[in-house]
Amino acid sequence: MTVVVRTITRLLLPISLVFGGYVVMHGHLTPGGGFQGGAVAASGLALVIVAFGAERLAGKKGLFSALESFGGVAFAALGFLGLGVTFFANVLAGSGKLFGHPVPYGPNPGDLNTAGTLPLMNWAVGFKVLAGLSAVVLLFALFGGESDR
Amino acid sequence: MIGNLPFVVCMILIALGLWTLLAKRNLIKLVIGMSLIESGVNLFLVSLGYVHGGIPPIYTYAPSGAPMVLPTPQALTLTSIVIGVATSALMLAFAVVIYRHKGTLDARKIRDLRG
Amino acid sequence: MSQWLAIGAFCLAAGFLIFGAVALRPFGEPTRTEMDDYFNRYSQPEVAANNAVTAIVFDYRGYDTLGEATVLFTAVTGVALILRKVRK
Repeated sequence: MTVVVRTITRLLLPISLVFGGYVVMHGHLTPGGGFQGGAVAASGLALVIVAFGAERLAGKKGLFSALESFGGVAFAALGFLGLGVTFFANVLAGSGKLFGHPVPYGPNPGDLNTAGTLPLMNWAVGFKVLAGLSAVVLLFALFGGESDR
Repeated sequence: MIGNLPFVVCMILIALGLWTLLAKRNLIKLVIGMSLIESGVNLFLVSLGYVHGGIPPIYTYAPSGAPMVLPTPQALTLTSIVIGVATSALMLAFAVVIYRHKGTLDARKIRDLRG
Repeated sequence: MSQWLAIGAFCLAAGFLIFGAVALRPFGEPTRTEMDDYFNRYSQPEVAANNAVTAIVFDYRGYDTLGEATVLFTAVTGVALILRKVRK
């Protein structure tokens, strides 16, 4: 692509990744969460694939696969934390440990330290969606490269 | 009937997608028709939970004294959108491979499994 | 012949859909169930989250999100399987 597109992509990629991370991180306070933030961050990576060509990222397919597997396994493993009560029980909410602040009832400015296992699950699903959608765009761009039938 | 206008608009979207599936031949247009039907269904699901004068079901900086809309249809729509993305990705992958093998995207000329 | 069959089927389906939309409850007055009132009232004391929708998706209905993550993984695996490079 031309110089203008490449320069704007170099400017927009960190902004898009940071905004996607912000939407994922504040999923328990504002509208958003894992799926929405992962899609926002994957759009930035899709812009990189369009602007710089798919051959530059062809060697990193293993990284996408490892990131998606890590996200999936982490999400399933977080369900086993509360196995004393039931599967997928929120044992960190309201107690004093990590992310364990209690929340007063009614409208309030949000506190980031609340909601137990919800931010951890949001991060796991965000990584999974980011890696999955970027891998799909990369596979579509790499198809029909040098193989001729 | 004017009171139910959001529901009627969602049904018009679904009917347009259905007509695209029935009347068009190009494989990419069939994928677009499926995507129209999914958009109509998701919009209908979200608009089922609206309460008059309602605010979003979020307590951060919420104005007090107003009823909250129902949060359950929004949670169902999240799952439905992700499933729509998965379906579209697989259908487009099939369309690309069919074009590579057959050289055409016409749905009436791909008749290998017929009979 | 098949043209008239397609047009007839489409008119039947569209008429059924629009008749169903008009005959629903009025827009803005949904059926109040105890489940939605419970989620709106108790998502702050129990889950300690300000967002009721995220509390439903990840805590009260966590199994559905596990199934949805599986669907996403299956879709990416299927696309990687279809669009691979076959060695001659």
